[in-house]
Amino acid sequence: MNAPATLRDYSLTGPASGPGFAHAEWYATPIPRTRMKELMKRSDRAGLRDFGLWAGLTVASGALLIWVWGTVWAWPVALIYGVLYASGAESRWHEYGHGTPMRTRWMNDAIYQLASFMSLKNPVLWRWSHARHHTDTVIVGRDPEIAFPRPPSLLAWVLNLLHVVATSKEIWKALRLSLGLLTADQKDFLPESERPKAFRAARAHVGILVSAGIAAMLISSWLPLVLIGGPTFYGSWLHHVMATTQHAGLAEDVPDHRLNSRTVLLNPVFRFIYSNMNYHVEHHMYPMVPFYYLPALHEDIREDCPRAYPSLLAAYREIVPAVIRQQTDFNHYVRRPLPAGAGPTPAYQRPLIAAE
Amino acid sequence: MPNWIRVCAADEIEAEDLIRFDHDGRTFAVYRSPDDNYFCTDGLCTHEQVHLADDLVMDYVIECPKHNGQFDYRTGEAMRAPVCVNLGTYPVKLEGGEVFINIQGAEQV
Ligand code: FES
Repeated sequence: MNAPATLRDYSLTGPASGPGFAHAEWYATPIPRTRMKELMKRSDRAGLRDFGLWAGLTVASGALLIWVWGTVWAWPVALIYGVLYASGAESRWHEYGHGTPMRTRWMNDAIYQLASFMSLKNPVLWRWSHARHHTDTVIVGRDPEIAFPRPPSLLAWVLNLLHVVATSKEIWKALRLSLGLLTADQKDFLPESERPKAFRAARAHVGILVSAGIAAMLISSWLPLVLIGGPTFYGSWLHHVMATTQHAGLAEDVPDHRLNSRTVLLNPVFRFIYSNMNYHVEHHMYPMVPFYYLPALHEDIREDCPRAYPSLLAAYREIVPAVIRQQTDFNHYVRRPLPAGAGPTPAYQRPLIAAE
Repeated sequence: MPNWIRVCAADEIEAEDLIRFDHDGRTFAVYRSPDDNYFCTDGLCTHEQVHLADDLVMDYVIECPKHNGQFDYRTGEAMRAPVCVNLGTYPVKLEGGEVFINIQGAEQV
């Protein structure tokens, strides 16, 4: 039977904050070093192939949108352009933030900056918040990226199909950061030495958005904003639908990514847009592995993991009832059964861990 | 007087790779570069004290397995956030096909 439902405080400065899992042993399926070295290998060629295809399709669909602007064809073309621009950038922001797709560092960094602007994420703030997400994945009071705190907001999920909540928050953050203002949570994970860089990046983002707005006014057309900035609202929905499956409805406070993350099998088009982040257990267990080797890593560790979901639909069949039940039962979560013979989950170690 | 400690046979470390070496309650990472030079740094990442031994070596860079922070293992220099603090480095010598480190000779950039 569940304990009485209680609301948890997800803030990074509330009662659940404090020592995290920085020094804890998270579960990782053992993989021989020689194999790991193969899986971690970086390839400029593989990275450039993916980036070239994505950038090429985005630019081509953007050019087509300019061409058909003012006709009825602008709607379907904008839909394609928006998804490539925004959903594609969301996943590339993440990949290049890890620095894994390319062997050449400046190429990773340049694409990271580009994708950060396209997804309207501050590149400095998010690098640090994401580092914490990997240290303390779905650990309440530690992980700044828990997308479905209990009770999850279903209204916010629906609004975020047009990224209303998510991107508005990012724009608000950018405005505050451009003025040199940080929240208490941001101060918790962003070291002082990095703060001026975050402020500079925010000013650059705000500057580009304002320029697009001025261009729209000067030519009396929405087109500049439909091309720049706007797609982050109207084109992020596909990423939102896929990324919901990462952790929604699963366990909190457990040092085992097999229990707090999902791997969902997707078609090649979605995997291209999403940079293979559907292999989410694999990504969290071994963040050193570039996205193009995640399917191979999946094959290597699948016997040690809960069964992957065969489709988005299958994942949503589990997520929807779970998040509805969590509206009133804050202790409810989906328990992922480990296969027979799988490695055991490490004991919960958080209270014993020294602070960072 | 330098205090040289034997780590392993030189060919026990593959080119462009590293091994973990524990000594006297401390942990070190010993590297062999692609051009067959040997280096030694502290064995724990300066960000969250994760062992560097499971990492990826690319040319002269070691990448942390936890958050992909990067160091130049020749100098210990922190090169990519979220690492901001340099690694300590230690002199290494090769003698009779064996690798030795001098852990009293810490060098810092
Ligand atoms: S622990 Fe090494 S980069 Fe974070």
